[in-house]
Amino acid sequence: MKACEGAAPAGITLDEVTVRYGAHIAIERASFAVRPGELMALVGPSGCGKTSLLNAINRLSDLIPGCTVTGNIAVGGRDVRAPDTRLTALRRQVGMVFQLPNPFPLSVAENLRFPLREHGVSNRDERDRRTEEALRAVGLWEEVKGRLGQPAQALSGGQQQRLCIARTLALGPEVLLFDEPCSALDPLSAGVIEALITGLKGRYTILLVTHNLPQARRLADTVAVCWVSEGCGCVVESGPCGVLFERAAHPITRAYCGGEVG
Amino acid sequence: MRIDGARDRWAAALFASASLMIMALPLLMLVEVVGAGLPRLSLEFLYAPPMDAGRAGGIGPMIVSTLAILAVCLCAALPVGLGCALYLAECVPAGSRAARALGYSLDVLGGVPSIVFGLFGYRLFAIELGLGFSILSGGLTLACMVLPLLIRVSEEALRATPPSYRQAAAALGLSQGGFLRRVLVPAAAPGIAAALILSVGRALAESAALLFTAGYVTRLPDSVFDSGRALAVHIYDLSMNVAGGEGGAATTAVVLVGLLTLINLCARRLGQALHRMQRA
Repeated sequence: MKACEGAAPAGITLDEVTVRYGAHIAIERASFAVRPGELMALVGPSGCGKTSLLNAINRLSDLIPGCTVTGNIAVGGRDVRAPDTRLTALRRQVGMVFQLPNPFPLSVAENLRFPLREHGVSNRDERDRRTEEALRAVGLWEEVKGRLGQPAQALSGGQQQRLCIARTLALGPEVLLFDEPCSALDPLSAGVIEALITGLKGRYTILLVTHNLPQARRLADTVAVCWVSEGCGCVVESGPCGVLFERAAHPITRAYCGGEVG
Repeated sequence: MRIDGARDRWAAALFASASLMIMALPLLMLVEVVGAGLPRLSLEFLYAPPMDAGRAGGIGPMIVSTLAILAVCLCAALPVGLGCALYLAECVPAGSRAARALGYSLDVLGGVPSIVFGLFGYRLFAIELGLGFSILSGGLTLACMVLPLLIRVSEEALRATPPSYRQAAAALGLSQGGFLRRVLVPAAAPGIAAALILSVGRALAESAALLFTAGYVTRLPDSVFDSGRALAVHIYDLSMNVAGGEGGAATTAVVLVGLLTLINLCARRLGQALHRMQRA
């Protein structure tokens, strides 16, 4: 069962997507598709435009001065850059979890209730039910049920990250974007988050940015390898995880996935 | 950090002495004022009207006038100041032409001497808007005077909140209004309280601007349309115009310092309470 009511997972399609910051091209002509319920790992060295691609999918790039996105990005078959796209609906459909846990300076429960209220869940019982469901889905309920009124920032880093995932799940997304969600955590907390992401596989379409190749290999169904070429990022190859790690077609993919470069 | 060598030790001693002097200065001022004014301070002094041009009696009407002027000032300055600070911090990109133009205007406005604000307030509120010498004219003039300080300090407090809050709110598709009300303003509340304290301090200490706008009638005002004498104006008048008024001026100064301390405490508590309420 899904943590909170959401539609079936939606696929993501990127077609010739280019993200620019002013004159600088962060990533050029990126194309790949993530099927509904699939987990794709986006790997590559720093600065090759992985986060820029994530930000373009839920249009957080709109908030960055000078950032322009060209090409086609579709979520569930709908163009996210269509003029009639409602940003609140898009960001509810496409949840995002960041590298550093970013809970609001509110109580543990209010971190989930407040976004639910903002998205029109006006019934208090319904908010409480969805809060509990989301906290259970990330395995945090038993740890925090006695201190739901305590400040969220008093939780450990790993717990804060799970709270942020719960906050996203509570809104019932179809797609989850994870931007290096384990890189700021200790190995134990990272292991918990990784197990959590494994548990979410199949129920959500997931795009996971990671520098941790063994993690990508453990978690991903498919992998897209990004690289920097002549100062701008690009997707050199994408495909099933096993194929890319064992018999990649592109020499850069072979070298990167084999640990020879990067 | 390690301090090596005689030259470094001398420099450290010099800076430490300067810091001590800075700390001693307000303390000395306080001792001087309290020493001169405390003996005459009584409960009656706080509520009785002045007599013999302030040489005897109390400062009851002045306290009422001061609080009324302050209330008018804050009622006008807080919504405008906070609104402008929110606009600057959230809607205008830092370093943009609009931010620079607004910032420059505020800095120029902040550097204008209070007597000029007094003349402006007299012309605009007392004459053009027909409010005459009144608590309203005085309060509105003070509001214009404290706005640059209130806006600048509040803006800094808002900008100092972690960008991760904005990032999370945007990624969750929250409305800007909800985010400002529920997260940003309460998170910046201690800083906004500091802005309020600085503004109140400046308003309470003001005499020049009020001479031209609120007037210096010593009777108890019936409404905000009446003229009223603020405590700072009373201190100025007793010190400069009334022979033998120095004692009354010193005691009034003690009350003014006490009032300021009380308001500081209340504003700090309010800021902390808002911060706590946010987490509930």
